[in-house]
Amino acid sequence: MSAALELASVRKSFGNTEIIRGVDLAIPQGERHALIGPNGAGKSTLFNLMSGRFPVSAGAIRLNGEDITGLKPFQINRKGLSRSFQVTNIFHNLSVFENLRCAVLWSLGYKYSFWHRLNGLADARARADEVLEAIGLASRRERPAGLLTYAEQRALEIGITIAGGAGVVLLDEPTAGMSRSETAHVVELVRQVTEGKTLLMVEHDMGVVFNLADRISVLVYGEVIATGTPEEIRASAAVQEAYLGTLHKAEDGAHA
Amino acid sequence: MRYQPVNLGRWIVWSFTVLLMAVLPLVFSQGFAITLLSQMGITIIFALSYNMLLGQSGMLSFGHAVYSGLGAYIAVHALNLASKGQLWMPVSLLPLVGGLAGAFFGVLFGYVTTKRAGTTFAMITLGIGELVYNCSLMFPDFFGGEGGITTNRVVGQPFLGISFGPAIQVYYLIAVWTLISMALMYAWAHTPLGRIANAVRDNPERAEFVGYDTQKVRWLTLIISAFFAGVAGALACITFEIVTAENVGAIRSAGVLIAAFIGGVGFFFGPIVGACLFVYFFAALSDHTKAWLLYLGLFFMAMVMFAPGGIASLLMMQLPVIARKRFKELVPHYARTGAAALLLLAALVLTVEMTYKVSVDSANGTAMKLFGVEFDAAGLEPWALAIGLWIVGGGLFRAAWKRLSQAWGEIQADIAESRA
Repeated sequence: MSAALELASVRKSFGNTEIIRGVDLAIPQGERHALIGPNGAGKSTLFNLMSGRFPVSAGAIRLNGEDITGLKPFQINRKGLSRSFQVTNIFHNLSVFENLRCAVLWSLGYKYSFWHRLNGLADARARADEVLEAIGLASRRERPAGLLTYAEQRALEIGITIAGGAGVVLLDEPTAGMSRSETAHVVELVRQVTEGKTLLMVEHDMGVVFNLADRISVLVYGEVIATGTPEEIRASAAVQEAYLGTLHKAEDGAHA
Repeated sequence: MRYQPVNLGRWIVWSFTVLLMAVLPLVFSQGFAITLLSQMGITIIFALSYNMLLGQSGMLSFGHAVYSGLGAYIAVHALNLASKGQLWMPVSLLPLVGGLAGAFFGVLFGYVTTKRAGTTFAMITLGIGELVYNCSLMFPDFFGGEGGITTNRVVGQPFLGISFGPAIQVYYLIAVWTLISMALMYAWAHTPLGRIANAVRDNPERAEFVGYDTQKVRWLTLIISAFFAGVAGALACITFEIVTAENVGAIRSAGVLIAAFIGGVGFFFGPIVGACLFVYFFAALSDHTKAWLLYLGLFFMAMVMFAPGGIASLLMMQLPVIARKRFKELVPHYARTGAAALLLLAALVLTVEMTYKVSVDSANGTAMKLFGVEFDAAGLEPWALAIGLWIVGGGLFRAAWKRLSQAWGEIQADIAESRA
């Protein structure tokens, strides 16, 4: 079986600066994979390449064996890859429920229909309410999304991402800026909603990474320097040197 | 479940609208009033179609008259062909012809304009508007040059006594088309495309990541909007029996923007209110004063600055207050603020009219009549009165406004507290 998501020698330059310098990565079906690395390593850029937000400079990206290089975001989404954003990216003036309903309409085949009555679509309503329940925002159903608390907006962000039922889910720092208890809640949420799916996530919280991920890839200066199970990554000297080490040094420095 | 197949409130509102449109011409039966009501109907369709772009999809168009105007041109030619007997078509279906023409040009121009959103979209619509306006002067065979194309709406034999000769028959034709268009545009807002248009307005980037081609959403929305603009154009063609370059011009495009905005783009009924007010301004005020465009401009500016949500949002803001039975506390404040505002308005009108009289219209002397009082605009007393009105009105307004905002703030705080 082909990998759910596969990157082959992917490169990306902005002007003369090469941000992604030949990344090879293969994520098998059903795996929960974490992408870690220091700030500026190119993690978010890699997400933007995979989801079609930016075009790649060289290399190929395959989704379930199919080449998706150069496709537009909506085309990639329709093929079953969905992503969340590091900075919350929701429909601010629409209610929470409408946010989720918008996210399910295409996947249910309603496309650009102007001959269906929205409130008559029982399946769209049921699916949106199901996701609403899953992300724990049932009590906020009618509230405009822009008025939610930060943590609630982050949960909605995940909800919009998974609502369409994509098989491959990319989450960009789902726990960024959250308290410890909120983080624990999000970890459970992510575990639950990505059951049976392929997950790739960028995450800074090592607790979350080692807790959720089946395998981890370490990105440093636009290159994957190591891929392996959490144990292997923890034990890898290269990773210690390039990434975890710098973190420890930074912490030591802070204590000194 | 929350879902209600039959919404009672909605039925009441729509029935009341139908009743109102049926009864109004019986109450105001003068020829002038019928024309005014007809124009209101046409402008309602036009403003609602405009708001499909601005309010629902976040597309600021400076060239919407292109679609209503070209719809009107195709309609006028169709009508002339019909009267020559070269085309079978009842006059009552002419708006459909105009609509299809509008949609056709929506397909054509929309493909270019909707490539981009935001400022770029606004700029391109401005360009297309100028392009079409200039074309209308370059191809006199089709557009009729300066004089435009004239027509006669009475075609063939009367059907059940309806010839569309009398203005009242035209009014009811417009009323029926207005109701149909309103209902269809309301329905559109509650379809998958309508909701996704809202999503594209709020956050086009995210819409792309839930599977939607935002360019296509904008294009389809524009085509549907252009259809209704064309319907309005054809109705205007029937009413006035003439179509000129003005119909596709920038002034018409700006007018519909002002109408929709004054009414409020955030609510479906906003542009309806705005259209009625705009037509009233246009028709009623332009008879009484040469400065009516200045008043409209000032009113528009005041709305943009102080009530960017339009009249609709001002009305909707009262609903939570009424629901909590606190509205009667505000009534005296509204009355005081309103009275002070009237003083300021009187000061404005006096100043503007006297200025006009003295600077533009002094050839026939400076004697004038305002609010039923005759006076000399060159005299000192009326100017002193105007200055006095400005000072007194301004002072009273500031005091009343301060107390109103205080009372409003207290009620809002109570409401917020009871919600929490």
